Amino acid sequence: MNTSQKSGLYIHIPFCRSKCPYCAFYSLASRSLILPWLNNIKNEIAYYKDQFECFDTLYLGGGTPTFLDAWTLEILMKHIFNNFRFAPDTEITIESNPCDLNREKVNVLKDLGFNRISLGVQSFNDQDLSFLGRRHTAKDAETALALLRSCGFKNLSMDLIYGFEGQSIKEWAKTLNHALSFQPEHLSCYQLTFEKRTIFEKLKDKGLIKPLSEKEECAFFSATSQFLENHDYIHYEISSFARGKAYYSRHNNKYWHHIPYLGLGPSAHSFQESSRWWNVGSVRKYCALLEGGRAAIEDYENLTGDQLRLESISLGSRTKEGFDFKEIPPDHKSMEMIMRLQTSGVIRIKNNRVIPTKKGFLVADHLANCFF
Amino acid sequence: MQNTRNFSIIAHIDHGKSTLADRLIQKTGLVEERKFRNQLLDNMDIERERGITIKSQAITLPYISNDNQKFEFNLIDTPGHVDFSYEVSRALASCEGALLLIDAAQGVEAQTVANLYAAMEHNLEIIPVINKIDLLSADIDRVKRQIEVDLGLDAEQTILCSAKEGTGIDDVLEAITKHIPPPEGSADKPLSALIFDAHYDSFRGTVVSCRLFSGKISPGDTIRLMSNGATYKVEEVGIFRLAKTSKDSLSAGEVGYIIAGIKTVSDIRVGDTVTLDSNPVTNPLPGFKEIKPVVFSSIYPVSSEDYQSLSDALEKYKLNDAALIFQKDSSAALGMGFRCGFLGLLHLEIVQERLEREFGQSIIMTAPTVQYHFMLTNGSKVTIDNPTYYPDPVTIEKGMEPYIRASIFAPERYMGTIIDLCTERRGVNSRFNCPTPGRLEIQFDIPLAEVIYDFYDRLKTVTQGYGSFDYDFLDYRESDLVKMDILLNGEKVDPLSQIAHRDRARPRALNACERLKEEIPRHLFKIAIQGAIGGTIIARSTVSPFRKDVTAKCYGGDITRKRKLLEKQKKGKKRMKTIGSVTIPQSAFVAVLKAENK
Repeated sequence: MNTSQKSGLYIHIPFCRSKCPYCAFYSLASRSLILPWLNNIKNEIAYYKDQFECFDTLYLGGGTPTFLDAWTLEILMKHIFNNFRFAPDTEITIESNPCDLNREKVNVLKDLGFNRISLGVQSFNDQDLSFLGRRHTAKDAETALALLRSCGFKNLSMDLIYGFEGQSIKEWAKTLNHALSFQPEHLSCYQLTFEKRTIFEKLKDKGLIKPLSEKEECAFFSATSQFLENHDYIHYEISSFARGKAYYSRHNNKYWHHIPYLGLGPSAHSFQESSRWWNVGSVRKYCALLEGGRAAIEDYENLTGDQLRLESISLGSRTKEGFDFKEIPPDHKSMEMIMRLQTSGVIRIKNNRVIPTKKGFLVADHLANCFF
Repeated sequence: MQNTRNFSIIAHIDHGKSTLADRLIQKTGLVEERKFRNQLLDNMDIERERGITIKSQAITLPYISNDNQKFEFNLIDTPGHVDFSYEVSRALASCEGALLLIDAAQGVEAQTVANLYAAMEHNLEIIPVINKIDLLSADIDRVKRQIEVDLGLDAEQTILCSAKEGTGIDDVLEAITKHIPPPEGSADKPLSALIFDAHYDSFRGTVVSCRLFSGKISPGDTIRLMSNGATYKVEEVGIFRLAKTSKDSLSAGEVGYIIAGIKTVSDIRVGDTVTLDSNPVTNPLPGFKEIKPVVFSSIYPVSSEDYQSLSDALEKYKLNDAALIFQKDSSAALGMGFRCGFLGLLHLEIVQERLEREFGQSIIMTAPTVQYHFMLTNGSKVTIDNPTYYPDPVTIEKGMEPYIRASIFAPERYMGTIIDLCTERRGVNSRFNCPTPGRLEIQFDIPLAEVIYDFYDRLKTVTQGYGSFDYDFLDYRESDLVKMDILLNGEKVDPLSQIAHRDRARPRALNACERLKEEIPRHLFKIAIQGAIGGTIIARSTVSPFRKDVTAKCYGGDITRKRKLLEKQKKGKKRMKTIGSVTIPQSAFVAVLKAENK
């Protein structure tokens, strides 16, 4: 466990202008509960005030954090900074929607201390954007990116979605090329997943959207990795690419390496000293609990050594660093499995670590299972 | 004794035996309507589910006839499957009469005939009963003709009933009083009682079911079992009502139970004669034989740490099933286990199901096999029921395998398909018999090994459910026997090995490879499945590796869910066997035995 490292702070902003049909994160398409939510985030901050020593990342996610107006954002940020301690070089990220960004808003973000913007571009093809239920056009994203650069943001990340029916690898490469023209420091390229309780899942079940075949998915994945590596991006996690180590998402790394993090807001998850707990996934319940002077926790778990190991392998398999040899049982069976997985090109061994290959990334969810 | 009637109901499977038994019990008022549970005599879950009776049971019913005489009926239920034909014969030997039950729509079937012959061997008075007359497809005239012509019985005597609707039941009861003779034998003579069943009671030990032919037995008597001379002191005797009802004594002609501190069912031999130690009969009752297993298979715990628990479960199971035999066995792939002998494939399935259901065991069973004889070049003869011990092929002079006489009843339009099936299963020496127009009895000499797999399922398929089947043992015949092995990524999986006739080895290997391909989940690497005789590969298939399962996102909220999924898979894996690096589900071991896809 990484207790020596500084913690991460996550704030969940469960509001959006409209719900995207593929998204499973908890969010409401309405402003009506923003004020009570804000008041109770304050309560929650007070609740955890002294439980975490020092943070070196702050991440506003959602939902759509930029859906909040400047005034609300300012109150929120002030409250956070007044109550928690942060390292001087803290990575401060906000997830943004291209529609929400104008020069005024971007300047506010700058003033509030954000030094990393994660922009939900998804695609530079308007047809794709309408399929994905996005409200903005490719042009909107271009404008936003230019604006962010001109206002001095030096760490930009874009979210892109790929691998859906009707999209060719060639078309996808066009979006990637377009994205690269803005020289983003970071890219999150998500293969479209049919998440539970989303509109896309329903459409899939009705046969109205067809998922790609396993073979097609593999081809898309490999092409993406290849393309971005050719353009000097490091493929450091299943869906994450960075233009150099300095631009790895420091915050997300905490999730993948058992570094403590505190999540505030409805449905947010926290982890500290081998326990994990999570908040209720409803703004109303969240507010009611906090107004009643209680934490908004829905449930928690204390992880056993075995569970931590299982997670280390499963999470490690998703990253370029892989996982420590020590995490797997030191028996004959494991050795035999290692040999077999090595021969079939799924993993390689380096410096006492099991490193997934690109082929291994594709089966990361299964890798941990091989050793238990 | 003049008013005692001992009888069985004999029928082909599904002709409604248990339903009729239930009706008789209900009509005689032994059980109140509201307490009535269907198929009272079949009191094991498996029996109720499969609709067959596995063990013999007896029940004593009070009956007052139309002319106001008090009767005592002893209904002795018989197992309804060929695997248990010896138990059937002992149960029939305990009766003076039998109700021969025939489905009004199905007519005479293989087991109808087999059971009738068995009943006639014991000189039982037969009352034909046509059941299910309420069915739209009922053809009473046709069945009556079959009774006259096929069975040579008097169709005039036939009683019509619908056990389901409760019609005709009174006629059945009256016929029992009129046509079945009362038992003979004197209570003053030395005790002679036939054991037709035994079951285990965790409080009382073994409860022995028997029919007294002469003499009398009371608590305090010392009994002797004539097959092995063992003696026991009688604690209790009685009759079966719905539960055991103790009595002061049992006398000649009666059917009841004995409890005598007998520890396990295995101490009792069905067919044995019970007599008094102080005043024994000179000769035991005829027909006793030791029952021998004919089908063999190994049982392994899915998780090797459960070996002890499986061992305990088998010991406990054996308390109630003398027919199961087992001894320690071990396999390179599956570790420690047990080699078991069964009366037949149904018996095997019952043991498997009960071990899993009642004893909570997770087990793997290997391919069932018969007992082979091998004459070796050095002049010796070995008997083998486990492919592991197949002799070195160069030392084999000749192999021999057991043959049975299969009797198949079916409408004549299926003649072609039945002959094809039997010939494919190496059946020889076919004979035909046309008992009634449109119906056919076909007999074949077939190797037992060909029947224990899936013969019955296949027969049902090719005859669209109309074919029925029964068999008797014939003899051992010379056969070109080879051992077929299965290899996974080059590693031999010994529990999947089979002994087979050379001509059948390749189709069987192909089938096994295909089945395994369906059952073994995709791994992260390619899995080669091969069938081989010695060093020669005769069949192969491949499980291609799976290539993608990763989810795009894994952040704070996803980790717990992901781990729980892994833990679930991990738990699932506990029910699988890992051989080399290949994980094989339990179902794969069973699947290789299933019918070849046609």
